[in-house]
Amino acid sequence: MRDVAVLGVGMTKFGELWDRSFREIGIEAGLQALVDAKLSSGDLGALYLGNMASGSLIDQEHIGPLILDYAGLGDRHLPAVRVEGGGASGSLALHQGYLAVASGLYDFVVVGGAEKLTDVPDATGNQITSSAADHEWEVVFGGTLPALWALIARRHMHQYGTTREQLARVAVHAHAMGAKNPNAHYRNPVSLEQVLAAGPVAEPLGVFDCAPLSDGAAAVVLGPMERAHRYTDQPIRIAASQVACDAMAVQHRRDVTTLDSTVVAARRAFEQARRAPADVNVAEINDAYTISALVALEDLGFCEKGRAGPEFESGRFGPNGELPVNSSGGLKAQGRPFGAVGVAQVVELVRQLRGEAKDRQVKHASLALAHDVGGTGATSVVTLLERGS
Amino acid sequence: MSIARFWRETPRRYNLGGSKCTNCGTAYFPPRSVCPTCARHRESIGKMVPFQLSGEGEVYSFTTVHEPAEGFEMQVPYVLALVRTVEGPMLTGQIVDLAPEEVRIGLKVRATFRKLREEGKAGVIHYGYKFAPVEETAVRPPGGSRTAVGTPATPEGDRAPA
Repeated sequence: MRDVAVLGVGMTKFGELWDRSFREIGIEAGLQALVDAKLSSGDLGALYLGNMASGSLIDQEHIGPLILDYAGLGDRHLPAVRVEGGGASGSLALHQGYLAVASGLYDFVVVGGAEKLTDVPDATGNQITSSAADHEWEVVFGGTLPALWALIARRHMHQYGTTREQLARVAVHAHAMGAKNPNAHYRNPVSLEQVLAAGPVAEPLGVFDCAPLSDGAAAVVLGPMERAHRYTDQPIRIAASQVACDAMAVQHRRDVTTLDSTVVAARRAFEQARRAPADVNVAEINDAYTISALVALEDLGFCEKGRAGPEFESGRFGPNGELPVNSSGGLKAQGRPFGAVGVAQVVELVRQLRGEAKDRQVKHASLALAHDVGGTGATSVVTLLERGS
Repeated sequence: MSIARFWRETPRRYNLGGSKCTNCGTAYFPPRSVCPTCARHRESIGKMVPFQLSGEGEVYSFTTVHEPAEGFEMQVPYVLALVRTVEGPMLTGQIVDLAPEEVRIGLKVRATFRKLREEGKAGVIHYGYKFAPVEETAVRPPGGSRTAVGTPATPEGDRAPA
Protein backbone atom coordinates (compact mmCIF):
# COMPACT_ATOMS: atom_id res chain seq x y z
CA MET A 1 0.00 0.00 0.00
CA ARG A 2 1.33 3.45 -0.90
CA ASP A 3 0.56 6.83 0.62
CA VAL A 4 -2.33 8.71 -0.90
CA ALA A 5 -2.62 12.49 -1.23
CA VAL A 6 -5.51 14.85 -1.85
CA LEU A 7 -4.37 16.93 -4.84
CA GLY A 8 -7.43 19.03 -5.52
CA VAL A 9 -10.76 19.98 -4.00
CA GLY A 10 -13.99 21.55 -5.17
CA MET A 11 -17.55 22.07 -4.06
CA THR A 12 -20.72 23.87 -5.06
CA LYS A 13 -22.70 26.13 -2.83
CA PHE A 14 -24.96 24.07 -0.56
CA GLY A 15 -28.61 24.97 -0.17
CA GLU A 16 -31.84 25.10 -2.11
CA LEU A 17 -30.43 25.17 -5.61
CA TRP A 18 -33.72 25.40 -7.49
CA ASP A 19 -32.11 26.41 -10.77
CA ARG A 20 -29.51 23.67 -10.88
CA SER A 21 -29.83 19.99 -11.73
CA PHE A 22 -28.14 16.99 -10.15
CA ARG A 23 -25.78 16.54 -13.06
CA GLU A 24 -24.86 20.24 -13.16
CA ILE A 25 -23.80 20.36 -9.51
CA GLY A 26 -21.98 17.03 -9.76
CA ILE A 27 -19.94 18.25 -12.70
CA GLU A 28 -19.21 21.66 -11.23
CA ALA A 29 -17.66 20.16 -8.10
CA GLY A 30 -15.65 17.60 -10.08
CA LEU A 31 -14.26 20.11 -12.57
CA GLN A 32 -13.31 22.49 -9.75
CA ALA A 33 -11.35 19.69 -8.11
CA LEU A 34 -9.59 18.78 -11.37
CA VAL A 35 -8.62 22.41 -12.03
CA ASP A 36 -7.46 22.79 -8.43
CA ALA A 37 -5.28 19.68 -8.85
CA LYS A 38 -3.88 21.02 -12.15
CA LEU A 39 -4.67 17.60 -13.51
CA SER A 40 -5.90 16.81 -16.98
CA SER A 41 -8.86 14.50 -17.16
CA GLY A 42 -6.70 12.27 -19.37
CA ASP A 43 -4.74 11.25 -16.28
CA LEU A 44 -7.77 9.86 -14.46
CA GLY A 45 -8.23 6.17 -13.72
CA ALA A 46 -11.66 6.08 -12.14
CA LEU A 47 -14.56 7.99 -10.60
CA TYR A 48 -16.20 7.14 -7.28
CA LEU A 49 -19.47 8.88 -6.54
CA GLY A 50 -21.13 9.00 -3.13
CA ASN A 51 -24.91 9.32 -3.28
CA MET A 52 -27.62 8.08 -0.99
CA ALA A 53 -30.94 8.15 -2.79
CA SER A 54 -30.95 9.51 -6.34
CA GLY A 55 -33.45 6.86 -7.40
CA SER A 56 -36.07 8.04 -4.90
CA LEU A 57 -35.16 11.73 -5.06
CA ILE A 58 -34.76 12.35 -8.80
CA ASP A 59 -35.86 9.01 -10.33
CA GLN A 60 -32.36 8.40 -11.57
CA GLU A 61 -30.17 5.46 -10.69
CA HIS A 62 -26.98 4.51 -12.51
CA ILE A 63 -25.51 7.94 -11.86
CA GLY A 64 -21.83 6.97 -12.13
CA PRO A 65 -21.78 6.96 -15.92
CA LEU A 66 -24.25 9.86 -15.99
CA ILE A 67 -21.77 12.17 -14.26
CA LEU A 68 -18.83 10.73 -16.19
CA ASP A 69 -20.65 11.34 -19.46
CA TYR A 70 -21.56 14.95 -18.69
CA ALA A 71 -18.04 15.62 -17.43
CA GLY A 72 -17.00 14.92 -21.02
CA LEU A 73 -15.32 11.63 -20.18
CA GLY A 74 -17.84 9.20 -21.63
CA ASP A 75 -15.56 8.23 -24.51
CA ARG A 76 -12.68 7.51 -22.13
CA HIS A 77 -14.69 4.57 -20.77
CA LEU A 78 -13.44 5.02 -17.21
CA PRO A 79 -15.01 2.95 -14.47
CA ALA A 80 -17.54 5.15 -12.66
CA VAL A 81 -18.89 3.61 -9.46
CA ARG A 82 -21.63 4.85 -7.19
CA VAL A 83 -21.19 4.14 -3.47
CA GLU A 84 -24.05 4.18 -0.95
CA GLY A 85 -24.02 4.16 2.85
CA GLY A 86 -26.81 6.50 3.94
CA GLY A 87 -25.48 9.86 5.03
CA ALA A 88 -21.95 8.44 5.00
CA SER A 89 -22.06 7.70 1.25
CA GLY A 90 -19.54 10.44 0.42
CA SER A 91 -16.95 9.21 2.92
CA LEU A 92 -17.45 5.65 1.78
CA ALA A 93 -16.75 6.76 -1.79
CA LEU A 94 -13.62 8.47 -0.50
CA HIS A 95 -12.58 5.25 1.18
CA GLN A 96 -13.01 3.36 -2.11
CA GLY A 97 -10.95 5.96 -3.96
CA TYR A 98 -8.31 5.82 -1.26
CA LEU A 99 -8.09 2.02 -1.51
CA ALA A 100 -7.85 2.17 -5.30
CA VAL A 101 -4.91 4.60 -5.29
CA ALA A 102 -3.21 3.04 -2.26
CA SER A 103 -3.31 -0.37 -3.90
CA GLY A 104 -1.70 0.95 -7.06
CA LEU A 105 -4.65 -0.07 -9.22
CA TYR A 106 -5.17 3.53 -10.34
CA ASP A 107 -2.91 6.55 -10.02
CA PHE A 108 -5.45 9.36 -10.07
CA VAL A 109 -9.14 9.19 -9.20
CA VAL A 110 -11.93 11.67 -8.65
CA VAL A 111 -14.11 11.11 -5.61
CA GLY A 112 -17.37 13.02 -5.72
CA GLY A 113 -20.42 13.26 -3.54
CA ALA A 114 -23.71 14.73 -4.71
CA GLU A 115 -27.33 14.85 -3.59
CA LYS A 116 -30.35 16.74 -4.88
CA LEU A 117 -32.88 16.86 -2.06
CA THR A 118 -35.09 19.80 -2.94
CA ASP A 119 -36.68 18.33 -6.05
CA VAL A 120 -39.11 16.59 -3.67
CA PRO A 121 -41.27 18.20 -0.94
CA ASP A 122 -39.70 18.37 2.54
CA ALA A 123 -41.95 15.62 3.93
CA THR A 124 -40.95 13.31 1.10
CA GLY A 125 -37.29 14.19 1.58
CA ASN A 126 -37.54 13.33 5.27
CA GLN A 127 -39.26 10.07 4.48
CA ILE A 128 -36.65 9.08 1.90
CA THR A 129 -33.71 9.97 4.12
CA SER A 130 -35.29 8.06 7.02
CA SER A 131 -34.69 4.93 4.96
CA ALA A 132 -31.12 5.11 6.29
CA ALA A 133 -32.68 3.77 9.53
CA ASP A 134 -34.17 0.27 9.80
CA HIS A 135 -37.42 0.53 7.86
CA GLU A 136 -39.08 -2.66 9.14
CA TRP A 137 -38.40 -2.22 12.85
CA GLU A 138 -38.02 1.54 13.35
CA VAL A 139 -39.74 3.50 10.59
CA VAL A 140 -42.85 1.29 10.37
CA PHE A 141 -43.41 1.96 14.09
CA GLY A 142 -43.24 5.74 13.68
CA GLY A 143 -39.50 6.32 13.68
CA THR A 144 -37.80 9.10 11.72
CA LEU A 145 -34.13 10.05 11.77
CA PRO A 146 -34.69 12.97 14.18
CA ALA A 147 -36.96 10.82 16.39
CA LEU A 148 -34.35 8.07 16.63
CA TRP A 149 -31.62 10.59 17.43
CA ALA A 150 -33.98 12.11 20.00
CA LEU A 151 -34.11 8.70 21.71
CA ILE A 152 -30.32 8.83 21.94
CA ALA A 153 -30.50 12.42 23.21
CA ARG A 154 -33.06 11.71 25.94
CA ARG A 155 -31.06 8.77 27.22
CA HIS A 156 -27.84 10.80 27.15
CA MET A 157 -29.54 13.53 29.18
CA HIS A 158 -30.86 10.92 31.62
CA GLN A 159 -27.55 9.13 32.09
CA TYR A 160 -25.09 12.02 32.01
CA GLY A 161 -27.09 15.12 32.89
CA THR A 162 -26.64 16.67 29.45
CA THR A 163 -28.92 19.70 29.23
CA ARG A 164 -31.22 21.11 26.57
CA GLU A 165 -29.03 24.24 26.51
CA GLN A 166 -25.89 22.21 25.88
CA LEU A 167 -27.55 20.63 22.85
CA ALA A 168 -28.62 24.06 21.62
CA ARG A 169 -25.02 25.35 21.86
CA VAL A 170 -24.07 23.02 19.03
CA ALA A 171 -26.54 24.74 16.69
CA VAL A 172 -25.48 28.22 17.81
CA HIS A 173 -21.87 27.31 17.04
CA ALA A 174 -22.75 25.82 13.64
CA HIS A 175 -24.61 28.93 12.52
CA ALA A 176 -21.81 31.22 13.76
CA MET A 177 -19.36 29.29 11.58
CA GLY A 178 -21.76 29.03 8.63
CA ALA A 179 -21.99 32.81 8.62
CA LYS A 180 -18.31 32.87 7.58
CA ASN A 181 -18.66 30.29 4.83
CA PRO A 182 -19.83 31.57 1.43
CA ASN A 183 -20.87 28.03 0.40
CA ALA A 184 -23.05 27.46 3.45
CA HIS A 185 -26.78 26.76 3.22
CA TYR A 186 -27.39 28.98 6.27
CA ARG A 187 -25.30 32.10 6.80
CA ASN A 188 -27.36 33.64 9.59
CA PRO A 189 -26.14 33.49 13.17
CA VAL A 190 -28.74 32.29 15.67
CA SER A 191 -28.96 32.91 19.41
CA LEU A 192 -29.36 30.34 22.13
CA GLU A 193 -32.83 31.75 22.78
CA GLN A 194 -33.83 31.27 19.14
CA VAL A 195 -32.70 27.66 19.15
CA LEU A 196 -34.57 26.94 22.38
CA ALA A 197 -37.72 28.70 21.18
CA ALA A 198 -37.90 26.95 17.81
CA GLY A 199 -40.73 24.52 17.18
CA PRO A 200 -40.29 20.91 18.26
CA VAL A 201 -39.44 18.14 15.77
CA ALA A 202 -38.93 15.20 18.10
CA GLU A 203 -38.43 16.29 21.69
CA PRO A 204 -35.96 17.26 23.00
CA LEU A 205 -34.88 18.17 19.46
CA GLY A 206 -36.35 21.23 17.78
CA VAL A 207 -36.09 22.69 14.30
CA PHE A 208 -32.66 24.20 14.99
CA ASP A 209 -31.32 20.91 16.36
CA CYS A 210 -31.73 19.30 12.95
CA ALA A 211 -29.60 19.84 9.86
CA PRO A 212 -31.54 20.88 6.76
CA LEU A 213 -32.21 18.98 3.55
CA SER A 214 -29.81 20.56 1.06
CA ASP A 215 -28.68 20.26 -2.51
CA GLY A 216 -24.98 20.21 -3.13
CA ALA A 217 -21.93 18.46 -4.45
CA ALA A 218 -18.27 18.20 -3.49
CA ALA A 219 -15.29 16.47 -5.05
CA VAL A 220 -11.64 15.71 -4.43
CA VAL A 221 -8.85 14.39 -6.65
CA LEU A 222 -6.65 11.71 -5.10
CA GLY A 223 -3.25 10.55 -6.29
CA PRO A 224 -0.10 8.83 -5.04
CA MET A 225 1.83 10.91 -2.50
CA GLU A 226 5.12 10.13 -4.28
CA ARG A 227 3.93 12.03 -7.34
CA ALA A 228 1.99 14.76 -5.56
CA HIS A 229 4.67 17.45 -5.83
CA ARG A 230 4.31 17.52 -9.61
CA TYR A 231 0.81 18.85 -9.12
CA THR A 232 0.76 20.87 -5.94
CA ASP A 233 3.04 22.59 -3.46
CA GLN A 234 0.73 21.59 -0.67
CA PRO A 235 -0.23 17.96 -0.95
CA ILE A 236 -2.42 16.74 1.88
CA ARG A 237 -1.72 13.18 2.90
CA ILE A 238 -4.55 10.83 3.87
CA ALA A 239 -3.00 9.53 7.08
CA ALA A 240 -5.91 7.16 7.70
CA SER A 241 -9.21 6.14 6.14
CA GLN A 242 -11.30 3.77 8.19
CA VAL A 243 -14.87 2.51 8.06
CA ALA A 244 -16.75 0.67 10.80
CA CYS A 245 -20.31 -0.63 10.92
CA ASP A 246 -22.69 -1.57 13.73
CA ALA A 247 -26.23 -2.82 14.32
CA MET A 248 -28.67 -1.16 11.95
CA ALA A 249 -31.27 -0.12 14.54
CA VAL A 250 -30.72 1.96 17.68
CA GLN A 251 -32.64 -0.69 19.66
CA HIS A 252 -29.95 -3.27 18.90
CA ARG A 253 -26.89 -1.27 19.92
CA ARG A 254 -24.66 -2.31 22.80
CA ASP A 255 -25.19 1.15 24.33
CA VAL A 256 -27.84 3.56 23.08
CA THR A 257 -25.72 6.62 23.90
CA THR A 258 -22.58 5.39 22.11
CA LEU A 259 -21.92 4.94 18.41
CA ASP A 260 -19.63 1.92 18.56
CA SER A 261 -19.07 2.32 14.82
CA THR A 262 -17.49 5.71 15.54
CA VAL A 263 -15.47 4.40 18.48
CA VAL A 264 -14.02 1.60 16.36
CA ALA A 265 -13.47 3.63 13.17
CA ALA A 266 -11.63 6.27 15.23
CA ARG A 267 -9.53 3.69 17.05
CA ARG A 268 -8.54 2.06 13.76
CA ALA A 269 -7.77 5.44 12.20
CA PHE A 270 -5.54 6.57 15.06
CA GLU A 271 -3.76 3.21 14.95
CA GLN A 272 -3.25 3.47 11.20
CA ALA A 273 -1.84 6.99 11.49
CA ARG A 274 0.04 6.26 14.72
CA ARG A 275 -1.52 9.32 16.23
CA ALA A 276 -3.87 10.08 19.12
CA PRO A 277 -6.99 12.22 19.52
CA ALA A 278 -4.89 14.87 21.31
CA ASP A 279 -2.82 15.35 18.11
CA VAL A 280 -5.83 16.57 16.09
CA ASN A 281 -5.99 20.37 15.60
CA VAL A 282 -9.10 20.72 13.48
CA ALA A 283 -12.09 18.45 12.88
CA GLU A 284 -15.31 18.19 10.91
CA ILE A 285 -17.72 15.99 12.83
CA ASN A 286 -21.25 14.75 12.20
CA ASP A 287 -23.73 17.24 13.63
CA ALA A 288 -26.77 16.10 11.67
CA TYR A 289 -28.57 16.59 14.99
CA THR A 290 -27.12 18.53 17.89
CA ILE A 291 -26.92 15.33 19.94
CA SER A 292 -24.94 13.71 17.10
CA ALA A 293 -22.10 16.19 17.61
CA LEU A 294 -21.92 15.67 21.39
CA VAL A 295 -21.93 11.89 21.05
CA ALA A 296 -19.29 12.15 18.30
CA LEU A 297 -16.90 14.19 20.45
CA GLU A 298 -17.06 11.48 23.09
CA ASP A 299 -16.87 8.51 20.74
CA LEU A 300 -13.98 9.96 18.73
CA GLY A 301 -12.00 10.20 21.97
CA PHE A 302 -11.94 14.00 22.28
CA CYS A 303 -13.59 13.89 25.70
CA GLU A 304 -14.83 11.42 28.27
CA LYS A 305 -18.16 9.65 27.79
CA GLY A 306 -20.93 11.90 29.02
CA ARG A 307 -18.77 15.03 29.22
CA ALA A 308 -19.31 16.53 25.76
CA GLY A 309 -22.17 18.80 26.88
CA PRO A 310 -20.22 20.78 29.48
CA GLU A 311 -17.02 20.69 27.42
CA PHE A 312 -18.80 22.06 24.37
CA GLU A 313 -20.35 24.75 26.54
CA SER A 314 -16.89 25.70 27.84
CA GLY A 315 -15.78 26.69 24.34
CA ARG A 316 -13.19 23.96 24.01
CA PHE A 317 -14.51 23.07 20.55
CA GLY A 318 -15.17 26.66 19.43
CA PRO A 319 -13.14 28.64 16.87
CA ASN A 320 -10.67 29.80 19.54
CA GLY A 321 -10.75 26.62 21.55
CA GLU A 322 -8.28 23.82 21.89
CA LEU A 323 -9.91 21.79 19.09
CA PRO A 324 -12.04 23.85 16.70
CA VAL A 325 -14.75 21.69 15.12
CA ASN A 326 -16.97 22.26 12.11
CA SER A 327 -15.37 25.46 10.87
CA SER A 328 -17.46 24.93 7.73
CA GLY A 329 -20.68 25.29 9.70
CA GLY A 330 -21.09 21.53 9.79
CA LEU A 331 -24.13 19.71 8.48
CA LYS A 332 -26.32 22.07 10.48
CA ALA A 333 -25.28 25.31 8.75
CA GLN A 334 -23.11 24.44 5.76
CA GLY A 335 -25.89 22.02 4.85
CA ARG A 336 -26.73 18.38 4.50
CA PRO A 337 -26.81 17.05 0.94
CA PHE A 338 -26.49 13.50 2.22
CA GLY A 339 -24.06 11.90 -0.24
CA ALA A 340 -21.97 15.07 -0.54
CA VAL A 341 -21.44 15.63 3.19
CA GLY A 342 -18.40 13.43 3.76
CA VAL A 343 -16.57 14.74 0.71
CA ALA A 344 -17.36 18.35 1.69
CA GLN A 345 -15.85 17.69 5.14
CA VAL A 346 -12.60 16.73 3.44
CA VAL A 347 -12.77 19.78 1.16
CA GLU A 348 -13.04 22.04 4.22
CA LEU A 349 -10.22 20.29 6.06
CA VAL A 350 -7.90 20.41 3.04
CA ARG A 351 -8.53 24.16 2.84
CA GLN A 352 -7.77 24.44 6.56
CA LEU A 353 -4.53 22.47 6.24
CA ARG A 354 -3.46 24.56 3.23
CA GLY A 355 -4.24 27.78 5.09
CA GLU A 356 -6.92 28.75 2.56
CA ALA A 357 -9.92 28.92 4.91
CA LYS A 358 -9.93 32.74 5.11
CA ASP A 359 -12.22 34.11 7.85
CA ARG A 360 -12.62 30.71 9.43
CA GLN A 361 -8.95 29.66 9.28
CA VAL A 362 -7.88 27.61 12.29
CA LYS A 363 -4.38 28.47 13.52
CA HIS A 364 -1.60 25.86 13.39
CA ALA A 365 -3.69 23.21 11.69
CA SER A 366 -1.52 20.21 10.81
CA LEU A 367 -3.63 17.12 11.57
CA ALA A 368 -7.32 17.08 10.68
CA LEU A 369 -10.10 14.58 11.34
CA ALA A 370 -13.29 14.04 9.36
CA HIS A 371 -16.13 12.03 10.90
CA ASP A 372 -19.15 10.98 8.86
CA VAL A 373 -22.15 8.92 9.98
CA GLY A 374 -24.80 6.98 8.08
CA GLY A 375 -28.30 6.72 9.56
CA THR A 376 -28.20 6.64 13.33
CA GLY A 377 -24.70 5.18 13.42
CA ALA A 378 -24.81 1.87 11.54
CA THR A 379 -21.88 3.23 9.51
CA SER A 380 -19.13 5.60 10.61
CA VAL A 381 -16.17 6.76 8.56
CA VAL A 382 -13.14 8.47 10.07
CA THR A 383 -10.51 10.09 7.87
CA LEU A 384 -7.27 11.66 9.10
CA LEU A 385 -5.57 14.24 6.90
CA GLU A 386 -2.09 15.60 7.40
CA ARG A 387 -0.17 18.46 5.85
CA GLY A 388 2.51 16.92 3.65
CA SER A 389 6.16 17.78 4.06
CA MET B 1 -45.40 -0.92 0.96
CA SER B 2 -46.73 -4.03 -0.77
CA ILE B 3 -49.24 -6.16 1.13
CA ALA B 4 -46.94 -9.17 1.12
CA ARG B 5 -44.09 -7.16 2.57
CA PHE B 6 -46.09 -6.25 5.64
CA TRP B 7 -48.05 -9.51 5.85
CA ARG B 8 -44.97 -11.70 6.04
CA GLU B 9 -43.92 -9.99 9.29
CA THR B 10 -47.31 -10.63 10.93
CA PRO B 11 -46.06 -13.22 13.45
CA ARG B 12 -43.57 -10.66 14.74
CA ARG B 13 -45.66 -7.50 14.55
CA TYR B 14 -48.88 -9.08 15.91
CA ASN B 15 -47.52 -11.67 18.30
CA LEU B 16 -44.00 -10.61 19.27
CA GLY B 17 -42.43 -13.80 18.00
CA GLY B 18 -38.69 -13.55 18.49
CA SER B 19 -35.89 -16.06 18.61
CA LYS B 20 -33.48 -17.44 21.17
CA CYS B 21 -30.00 -18.89 20.84
CA THR B 22 -29.86 -22.29 22.50
CA ASN B 23 -26.09 -21.98 22.66
CA CYS B 24 -25.87 -18.86 24.86
CA GLY B 25 -29.52 -18.33 25.86
CA THR B 26 -29.82 -14.77 24.51
CA ALA B 27 -33.25 -13.73 23.19
CA TYR B 28 -33.69 -11.57 20.09
CA PHE B 29 -36.42 -9.53 18.50
CA PRO B 30 -37.05 -9.54 15.58
CA PRO B 31 -35.87 -13.14 15.18
CA ARG B 32 -32.41 -13.75 13.81
CA SER B 33 -31.00 -16.74 12.00
CA VAL B 34 -27.55 -16.18 13.47
CA CYS B 35 -26.79 -15.22 17.08
CA PRO B 36 -24.74 -11.99 17.22
CA THR B 37 -23.26 -13.12 20.52
CA CYS B 38 -22.06 -16.50 19.23
CA ALA B 39 -21.84 -15.72 15.51
CA ARG B 40 -18.11 -15.24 15.37
CA HIS B 41 -17.58 -18.81 16.51
CA ARG B 42 -20.32 -20.15 14.25
CA GLU B 43 -21.67 -21.92 17.30
CA SER B 44 -25.17 -20.58 16.85
CA ILE B 45 -25.77 -21.85 13.33
CA GLY B 46 -28.82 -24.10 13.41
CA LYS B 47 -29.32 -23.41 17.11
CA MET B 48 -31.79 -20.51 16.96
CA VAL B 49 -35.29 -21.45 18.10
CA PRO B 50 -38.56 -19.48 18.13
CA PHE B 51 -39.09 -17.51 21.31
CA GLN B 52 -42.24 -15.69 22.45
CA LEU B 53 -41.84 -12.31 24.16
CA SER B 54 -44.36 -11.56 26.91
CA GLY B 55 -44.72 -7.91 25.88
CA GLU B 56 -43.77 -6.70 29.37
CA GLY B 57 -41.06 -4.12 29.69
CA GLU B 58 -40.08 -0.61 30.66
CA VAL B 59 -39.33 2.63 28.87
CA TYR B 60 -35.60 3.02 28.25
CA SER B 61 -35.84 6.29 26.32
CA PHE B 62 -38.60 8.25 24.59
CA THR B 63 -39.37 11.22 22.39
CA THR B 64 -42.52 13.13 21.56
CA VAL B 65 -42.65 13.29 17.78
CA HIS B 66 -44.13 16.37 16.12
CA GLU B 67 -42.88 15.83 12.56
CA PRO B 68 -44.20 12.35 11.86
CA ALA B 69 -43.11 9.39 9.84
CA GLU B 70 -45.17 8.75 6.73
CA GLY B 71 -48.64 7.47 7.60
CA PHE B 72 -48.51 8.85 11.16
CA GLU B 73 -49.70 12.36 10.26
CA MET B 74 -53.02 11.93 12.08
CA GLN B 75 -51.32 10.83 15.30
CA VAL B 76 -49.06 13.82 16.08
CA PRO B 77 -47.82 14.45 18.61
CA TYR B 78 -47.05 10.84 19.44
CA VAL B 79 -44.56 9.29 21.81
CA LEU B 80 -41.99 6.92 20.36
CA ALA B 81 -39.96 4.89 22.84
CA LEU B 82 -37.27 2.32 23.24
CA VAL B 83 -38.77 -0.38 25.45
CA ARG B 84 -36.50 -2.86 27.24
CA THR B 85 -38.52 -6.07 27.52
CA VAL B 86 -38.22 -8.28 30.59
CA GLU B 87 -36.74 -10.99 28.35
CA GLY B 88 -33.95 -8.65 27.26
CA PRO B 89 -34.57 -7.46 23.69
CA MET B 90 -35.17 -3.75 23.13
CA LEU B 91 -38.08 -2.73 20.89
CA THR B 92 -39.01 0.56 19.24
CA GLY B 93 -42.68 1.45 19.52
CA GLN B 94 -45.23 4.07 20.44
CA ILE B 95 -46.46 4.69 23.98
CA VAL B 96 -50.25 5.03 24.06
CA ASP B 97 -53.01 5.56 26.63
CA LEU B 98 -50.89 8.10 28.48
CA ALA B 99 -50.40 11.83 28.00
CA PRO B 100 -46.96 12.53 26.44
CA GLU B 101 -45.90 14.66 29.43
CA GLU B 102 -46.47 11.71 31.77
CA VAL B 103 -44.11 9.35 29.98
CA ARG B 104 -40.81 8.85 31.80
CA ILE B 105 -37.80 6.59 31.66
CA GLY B 106 -38.46 3.50 33.78
CA LEU B 107 -42.22 3.50 33.17
CA LYS B 108 -43.57 -0.07 33.21
CA VAL B 109 -45.39 -0.87 29.99
CA ARG B 110 -47.06 -3.77 28.26
CA ALA B 111 -47.40 -4.41 24.53
CA THR B 112 -50.84 -3.82 23.10
CA PHE B 113 -52.21 -4.57 19.64
CA ARG B 114 -53.07 -1.41 17.69
CA LYS B 115 -53.37 0.14 14.30
CA LEU B 116 -49.97 1.52 13.30
CA ARG B 117 -50.74 3.49 10.16
CA GLU B 118 -52.86 3.67 7.05
CA GLU B 119 -51.65 3.93 3.51
CA GLY B 120 -53.97 6.74 2.45
CA LYS B 121 -57.77 6.52 2.31
CA ALA B 122 -57.94 3.42 0.17
CA GLY B 123 -54.72 1.68 1.08
CA VAL B 124 -53.70 -1.04 3.45
CA ILE B 125 -54.01 -0.56 7.21
CA HIS B 126 -50.97 -1.74 9.13
CA TYR B 127 -51.36 -3.23 12.61
CA GLY B 128 -48.79 -4.11 15.21
CA TYR B 129 -47.55 -3.53 18.73
CA LYS B 130 -47.58 -0.34 20.72
CA PHE B 131 -47.01 -0.05 24.45
CA ALA B 132 -49.43 1.06 27.17
CA PRO B 133 -48.60 1.81 30.80
CA VAL B 134 -49.15 -0.97 33.32
CA GLU B 135 -49.81 1.46 36.19
CA GLU B 136 -53.23 2.76 37.12
CA THR B 137 -52.35 6.07 35.43
CA ALA B 138 -53.50 4.54 32.17
CA VAL B 139 -56.33 6.37 30.49
CA ARG B 140 -58.51 4.47 28.08
CA PRO B 141 -59.03 6.54 24.93
CA PRO B 142 -62.63 7.19 23.92
CA GLY B 143 -63.83 4.26 21.88
CA GLY B 144 -60.42 2.63 22.02
CA SER B 145 -60.32 -1.08 22.51
CA ARG B 146 -57.50 -3.03 24.05
CA THR B 147 -56.36 -6.33 22.79
CA ALA B 148 -53.40 -8.00 24.37
CA VAL B 149 -50.66 -8.87 21.93
CA GLY B 150 -50.58 -12.62 21.54
CA THR B 151 -54.35 -12.90 21.13
CA PRO B 152 -55.16 -14.35 17.74
CA ALA B 153 -56.75 -11.56 15.78
CA THR B 154 -57.83 -11.02 12.23
CA PRO B 155 -58.19 -7.29 12.03
CA GLU B 156 -59.88 -5.60 9.16
CA GLY B 157 -57.47 -4.65 6.44
CA ASP B 158 -55.08 -7.47 7.09
CA ARG B 159 -55.92 -10.12 4.60
CA ALA B 160 -53.28 -12.27 3.08
CA PRO B 161 -52.89 -11.76 -0.65
CA ALA B 162 -54.70 -14.41 -2.68
